[in-house]
Amino acid sequence: MSRDNTYGDRMIAEPVIEVRNVFKSFKSVKAVNGVDLGIRRGQFVALLGPNGAGKTTLVEMIEGIQKPDSGEILIMGKKWDGHEDELHRIIGLSLQETRFIEKLTVRETLKLFASFYGRDDRRVDEIMDIVGLVEKSGSYVVNLSGGQRQRLALGISLINEPRILLLDEPTTGLDPNARREIWHILQRLKKEAQTSLILTTHYMEEAEQLCDYIIIIDQGKILKEGTTEQLLGDDSAGKTVEFTLVESPDDVTNTVFTVGKQVDWDQENKKGTIIFNRVEDELPKFLSHLNNQNLRIKNLECRRRTLDDLFITMTGRRLNE
Amino acid sequence: MNSLIKSEQLIQLISAHFKELIREPGVLFWGIAFPILMSLGLGIAFTQKTDVVRNVAVISLKDIGIGIEKIPPPLRDFFDQQCKKINSDEGPGYFEYTITDQKLGNSTFHFWITDWDEAMVRLKRGNLSIIIDELDGRIRFHFDPMNPDAQLTYLQLPALLQGNTVHPDAGTALVEPLTVSGTRYIDFLIPGLIAMGIMMSCLWGISYGIIEKRTKKLLRRMVATPMRKSHFLVAKIAVRMVMNFVESALLFLFAWLVFDISIQGSIPALILIFIAGNFAFAGISIFTSSRTANTEIGNGLINAVVLPMMVLSGIFFSYHNFPDWTIPFIQKLPLTMLADATRSVFIEGAGLTEVAVPISILTAIGLVFFASGLKIFKWH
Repeated sequence: MSRDNTYGDRMIAEPVIEVRNVFKSFKSVKAVNGVDLGIRRGQFVALLGPNGAGKTTLVEMIEGIQKPDSGEILIMGKKWDGHEDELHRIIGLSLQETRFIEKLTVRETLKLFASFYGRDDRRVDEIMDIVGLVEKSGSYVVNLSGGQRQRLALGISLINEPRILLLDEPTTGLDPNARREIWHILQRLKKEAQTSLILTTHYMEEAEQLCDYIIIIDQGKILKEGTTEQLLGDDSAGKTVEFTLVESPDDVTNTVFTVGKQVDWDQENKKGTIIFNRVEDELPKFLSHLNNQNLRIKNLECRRRTLDDLFITMTGRRLNE
Repeated sequence: MNSLIKSEQLIQLISAHFKELIREPGVLFWGIAFPILMSLGLGIAFTQKTDVVRNVAVISLKDIGIGIEKIPPPLRDFFDQQCKKINSDEGPGYFEYTITDQKLGNSTFHFWITDWDEAMVRLKRGNLSIIIDELDGRIRFHFDPMNPDAQLTYLQLPALLQGNTVHPDAGTALVEPLTVSGTRYIDFLIPGLIAMGIMMSCLWGISYGIIEKRTKKLLRRMVATPMRKSHFLVAKIAVRMVMNFVESALLFLFAWLVFDISIQGSIPALILIFIAGNFAFAGISIFTSSRTANTEIGNGLINAVVLPMMVLSGIFFSYHNFPDWTIPFIQKLPLTMLADATRSVFIEGAGLTEVAVPISILTAIGLVFFASGLKIFKWH
């Protein structure tokens, strides 16, 4: 279990995962449509995209569960073919919605998986401590809450102290508290700087909170990638204003969106989204314009742009749709 | 070190499968209590001779009832002089005649004087099997020749209706019922139930267990670790074999205590048959569960394997009742081989040489299905 701990290692752009021009189709659906990516040691990367974007297929190809139709995937410089056993030892993963054996306890489940890696009871205790399941160690899996099950799955993925951790939607379907508990575990792991993480999610907060690099993916393709700052920096001064009107004007575009950049208008809810590059200057103009048109405001919010806004401007759809 | 890890892995897998099995109360009921209850029910039903009631419809000349004028003339004397008239509150009543028999149990005939429509309704409902009417002064019998019960009733009736007493010991013949151990129905049944238990438990335990784990994505999660796939399957099969042994032993113990059943042949031969049978059905189970990730399809597949053999392989009744041309086919079914071989040791006193052939064939079946199942097995 020797592992060089020199901090300098992290700085070297040593790619831990390389994905080169990978394609994968199921019947007529192009799930992954020419993806390239490289992940360095200690880097936390989010694959952010709506359901059906191809995130799971991409991650499962990296996990060796699925084979790409074409292209190449290298883990620590090695292909899956012929290195399965070796790679299984350095990868930890959690699949979307794995259900473990119902009538085994938390401890028994962890012990079972620990035995696959030749790890002993000490590691099982450590894991229960890391994922906060010490009190539940004797409970059957079937009696755990959704959040506890996800933490168990996360614990299993950490048993072998993986160099690469691949988590497929680790918090989907969880309530905000349970989600935050998972985030805390991952944030602690990030501080240790030993593990590289790829996480798929359709929650932009999750990507922003946990990852230093975000890859936005839709319809099997990478739309945009970078740090949060890089992604939102294109018009960093831009502010998003969401407003709801009491009554809807006949011609929305001409009566309302004369200043700023229209993003969205929801006729049914009389709700609009608009981006101002210089909000201090443009917002008063917008308000007086509404006043001149005799349009009353029910609600108005001004906030910085989010990844969701970015996704909408690129695709016309929301991440959570 | 490496081999230590591997054996620890196998031990943990066996322990996990075993705990999963015994913590499901349904498993204990269906695996242990159910076969015992079945043997108890069938054993009692077919071992003790009970009194039989045979219902016969007699087509009335006029209307329904037990008036003498309604009975066809050739039967009048018999009903009038030898039968008891039973008046029932609900129906029109009937005539009763009982053949007393200490050895085989009494047979009581109930003759219902009725019309054709009513008789047909009761025939269809299964509460009578034979209808009598009169044609040109002669008695005419209507019944399904394929129904053994109707046939038996028919064979007894003509003598009875002519006023002759029907008795098993009448004339020069004597009847001696066989009730010694080894010749009773229960002796036939128990080895069959043991064989069936092995099949059911392998198919539902191994196949369904694997399909369910595939559905739950647990299988793909487990093979994403350095776990050896062979260990997973070996553990699953080993746990089943041990459970099958316990189930069979308990069933035998029960039958020994209650019905005084015994094993007349070689015990080592029986153990080898047991292992070969387990091996055959474990192989079939792996094959059956090699592809599907859908428990409903899995259900159907398992039933498609299990049901034909349940019906054909002579578990409850001898397969020699099936048409002759089907017998060579039936005898080649794994369950038939297992049941026949087990039975031959139990009641025919067979030894190793007599069952060497079924043992080798069952082992070969296991190997072939196991190998081809593994070849197409879907872990992901």
